[in-house]
Amino acid sequence: MAGVDNDTLQRWLRAFAASVAEQKDALTALDAAIGDADHGANMDRGMAAVVAFLDATPPADPAALFKQTGMTLVKSVGGASGPLYGTLFLRMAPATGGAGALEPDVFAKALRAGLDGVVARGKAELGDKTMVDALAPALDALDAALAAGEPLAEALRAASDAADRGRDETTPMLARKGRASYLGERSIGHQDPGATSAALLLAAAASVVADQEAA
Amino acid sequence: MKKLLNDPADLVAESLRGVERAHPELRVDHENRIIYRADAPVSGKVGLLSGGGSGHEPAHAGFIGPGMLDAVCAGEVFTSPVPDQMAEATKNIDGGAGVLHLVWNYTGDVMNFDMAAELAAAETDTTVEAVVMNDDVAVEDSLFTAGRRGTGAAIPVEKIVGAAAEQGRSLSELADLARRVNDNSRSMGMALTSCTVPAKGSPTFDLPEDEIEIGIGIHGEPGRRRVPLASAHDIAQMLVDPVLADRDFTGGEGVLVFVNGMGATPMLELYLMYNEVAALLDKAGIVPVRTLVGPYVTSLDMAGCSVTITRLDDELLRLWDAPVATAGLRWGM
Repeated sequence: MAGVDNDTLQRWLRAFAASVAEQKDALTALDAAIGDADHGANMDRGMAAVVAFLDATPPADPAALFKQTGMTLVKSVGGASGPLYGTLFLRMAPATGGAGALEPDVFAKALRAGLDGVVARGKAELGDKTMVDALAPALDALDAALAAGEPLAEALRAASDAADRGRDETTPMLARKGRASYLGERSIGHQDPGATSAALLLAAAASVVADQEAA
Repeated sequence: MKKLLNDPADLVAESLRGVERAHPELRVDHENRIIYRADAPVSGKVGLLSGGGSGHEPAHAGFIGPGMLDAVCAGEVFTSPVPDQMAEATKNIDGGAGVLHLVWNYTGDVMNFDMAAELAAAETDTTVEAVVMNDDVAVEDSLFTAGRRGTGAAIPVEKIVGAAAEQGRSLSELADLARRVNDNSRSMGMALTSCTVPAKGSPTFDLPEDEIEIGIGIHGEPGRRRVPLASAHDIAQMLVDPVLADRDFTGGEGVLVFVNGMGATPMLELYLMYNEVAALLDKAGIVPVRTLVGPYVTSLDMAGCSVTITRLDDELLRLWDAPVATAGLRWGM
């Protein structure tokens, strides 16, 4: 394949928006247990705003797409998720190098740049019970699969599986960042909502790229 | 859920319409959800900006006006406002002496205010300083948490710094003063009930009739521990002990004692709590010289209270007593 083109990337964002909308109440329920019961509603509002600009004026290339997605999320989500998801996409934009379609390694590097931005903004480390616990193992799995010569669709499937495992592993963790950290020991036993939405982001990528390759 | 609502999605927007109609001395930018004192920017005065999620009323818009804040940004319920709002407000309250951001210590608020300061620096020549307020002793302040929450201390910080700003003090002096009031303040809260975020429609957590949460914040999140329902006398002890254990409040001119209602607790009960708190302070040799009793920093319809104690020196006492004219606090003018 020629890489992930702009249309597929837009389908990725739409697919993520659709799963966030579908999982809105579930995300909010996870947040009610250890946070403030708004993660689903906030992410849904943000991704609905992203879909709105995709419908109205779809950006011409991946860099513009990621930049506008990031700015839209920062503007419309609020809370901690707005700056974090916003920074993820804002940092992906320059990492595309202005390409019209992203080669697998460029897409992986862009995601890595996004994760680095999230870590810099939120100062969370692996094991703090945050979205990083889903994203970091996912991108490690993506890099490893690409290095092993696997096609992007397979590599993203591996990344999505790793994100799901990372998400599940947040359950026994003691939260060290965000509102959940206020609960101390009581945060143990609950799955992290941010890691859950991050796993949806990877699942959406795996799904649309598989569809693109099948087409 | 039984609430005064049209559509939960319009709650914040429609409430701001009401604020605008009720308070001609305020100006509301509905598109950006910013509330200003009508005469902002005040030439030569440092602009004071705060804000946060909605659901804490009268915080934050209730503290805008002469002697207190110049503007606040309103977020969705319990959700930090966003950097664009804050950057826009910052630009519009800069009277030429810079702008001080008074930030409640929550992960989202701190990140959004950080991004706002970056935006303001990139787009304008406004000098911005930020002070983070973190007074809640229920949270251990360590590398392993997001740090102590900003709760009741915001009221004395915003009031005292607001008075000093009216005197024409510089941005760096005001930032130092804000940090000093924050350092002099400690809080602890408790919940008798959870609260219902309208978009969710049911209580954030289940709390049986015979249990209470100790060490709560202001977002309906569960507290540090759950204990059996106790008498007001014992609850006062559970709130005051950790506050006094965390800082020395003796000396100076005495303290400001702030017994705050969480939204659904009657004043009758809050004054009863004040009586219990004052008795404990008396026993500890701490002298309350100023008091504030009432729902000022709320958590929607949560029942419960918090206690904030602020040590006052001569200067802080004078600034607390200085005139203020806001919807939430008003005296001396």
